[in-house]
Amino acid sequence: MDILANLALGFSIALSPYTLMLAVIGCFLGTIIGALPGLGPSNGVAILIPLSFALGLDATSALVLMTAVYYGAMYGGRISSILLNIPGDEPALMTTLDGYPMAKAGRAGDALVLSGVASFVGAFLATLGLIFLAPLLARVAYLFGPSEYFALYLLAFCTLGGMSSNNQAKAAIASCIGLAIAMIGVDESSGLPRLTGGNLHLYDGVDFLVAIVGLFAITEVFFFIESHGKSSSLGVKIEKVKIPWKDIFDTRWVMLRSSVIGFIAGVLPGAGASLGSFLAYMSEKSIAGEKGGFGTGVAKGIAAPEAGNNAAAGGALVPMLTLGVPGSGTTAVLLALLMTLNITPGPTLFTDHPDVIWGLIASLLIANFVLLVMNVPMVKIFVRVLQVPAWLLMPGVTMISFVGIYSLSGSYFDLLLMVGFGVLGYVLRKLDIPTVPVIMGILLGGHMETALRRAMVLSDGDWTYLFSSPIAIGLWVAAVSGFIAPMFLRNILKKPQRVTD
Amino acid sequence: MASDRVFGLVATAVALAYIASATQAQSSFLTDPVGPKGFPILIGIVWAISGIIMVLRPDKEPDWPVRRTFISLAFAVIVLIGYAYALKPLGFLLPTAVAAGILSYQISPKPKHATLAGVGLSVGLFIIFKFALGLGLVAIPKWLLG
Repeated sequence: MDILANLALGFSIALSPYTLMLAVIGCFLGTIIGALPGLGPSNGVAILIPLSFALGLDATSALVLMTAVYYGAMYGGRISSILLNIPGDEPALMTTLDGYPMAKAGRAGDALVLSGVASFVGAFLATLGLIFLAPLLARVAYLFGPSEYFALYLLAFCTLGGMSSNNQAKAAIASCIGLAIAMIGVDESSGLPRLTGGNLHLYDGVDFLVAIVGLFAITEVFFFIESHGKSSSLGVKIEKVKIPWKDIFDTRWVMLRSSVIGFIAGVLPGAGASLGSFLAYMSEKSIAGEKGGFGTGVAKGIAAPEAGNNAAAGGALVPMLTLGVPGSGTTAVLLALLMTLNITPGPTLFTDHPDVIWGLIASLLIANFVLLVMNVPMVKIFVRVLQVPAWLLMPGVTMISFVGIYSLSGSYFDLLLMVGFGVLGYVLRKLDIPTVPVIMGILLGGHMETALRRAMVLSDGDWTYLFSSPIAIGLWVAAVSGFIAPMFLRNILKKPQRVTD
Repeated sequence: MASDRVFGLVATAVALAYIASATQAQSSFLTDPVGPKGFPILIGIVWAISGIIMVLRPDKEPDWPVRRTFISLAFAVIVLIGYAYALKPLGFLLPTAVAAGILSYQISPKPKHATLAGVGLSVGLFIIFKFALGLGLVAIPKWLLG
């Protein structure tokens, strides 16, 4: 079996004491980062990337550390969702719907353990899915030429824009802003600068890490200043933590079903984790019917979105690794990590860097078990983290962001740019314009343009070449329907609103 | 309503400026059918159209903060810009203490906490960055010490 041999290779890398240590540290840091109110997985991974470079880690170690942080933050995010009713990122919103009511009813410990187990099931099954599906998809990806890649990038923007926003025009604007920023700097094929406005600092283009840290971390600081950190008070008491065996046993099928739904949603390029947790929650809600009591703090209402969310997070790694198309904000940040490590995701990744890819997959499996062990007995330690006051946390986040970006280039210009992105992010979020497409645009803009130009070179300028293969046509159809369909579905599939006290 | 319209107008204007700037991009002798201008112009067009749609079909007004909060946000931006400029010439410790203190005060206006956050973060992060992570930070530049 190919897969077993590959996994053996992966585990031989992941089980070395040094890598194992990095995975454990990453899980620990990640859970803390995820639990801190106002620091979601994307923020956390984003501010740590520059620092992991400053440490001079090699590609595999950096990747293992950061994906452990990513998985850890997905686990940790549920702590602030359940106890504070503050989702760390969008997919965690669904967990607050039943998690917070259950915690208020005095079963905070049960809710935390149950969601931890559900996270484990979802993430574990998704990692297994990744092991089987990714090599298959990598084989299909070899059939992709430039026109198919162009259509695929378009699909990612369309589905992401269609799903994550309430207004198509706003999602399109966000994508365009990102793509436009990606064009700044020296044009790869002609070697001449463009769109720099004569500013020498812009000749190298805008570093996507600067944009990511600005849009995520600095924007968050502005929101905290606006709200004066009021929202982060722990109103729920947590008593002795016991393992709610009955709830876990009762929700076993819910977890399985939600994991499958979440994984499929995660694999769709651009759709990502929010769709996974949303679909998992909604389908379980309709299976349970009126008597299920969803929204009042039932076990199934916690297990479904958590399993779905974590399965989608694992599923989102499939298109990210095989095609280089991220499915969510956090996978976009992970893509940024790969690109800074000079690893180009795509089908060749599986043949050129088998050590990196299988080492990563093995670390994901290990990280999962570490996280389960860490999160069930030690959950009270992580709950303490919630008590870090905003007046200490947010200045700290700002300073870490500054030092991280400063250590990349040592230039004040990048810092100014980062503050600029922070302001942009504040305005965009206020106007309900999604910021993830901006980041996707900056990350993928260069690739998308190269794909288009190569396609046009191959066809000698004939535009119909873009629709010349069945795969390309399929992707175009999916892109257009992914963008338009949510406009009509929005009235039927209403997103549940956050519970308020 | 108004905010979306204003933003849509600004976005359209920026998009048009972007298209204008893209047409100025130089082409080299190695040209391809699309060239360095094609894709940016395409983006600019979609951008401008989306901006116009936002002007025509705005969503409901977001709840903007009151004027005083706006002033404190603007002040925070100025502090961050100042911090960006000060980090190199003044070293890590002093600008960080000042900037962290001010931000902390803006989130929760208690002078005691703000001082604690400023000094604590400045010293604490310096120790972590310098000694645990090995970053080459300068604590206080020599010329300041005389």
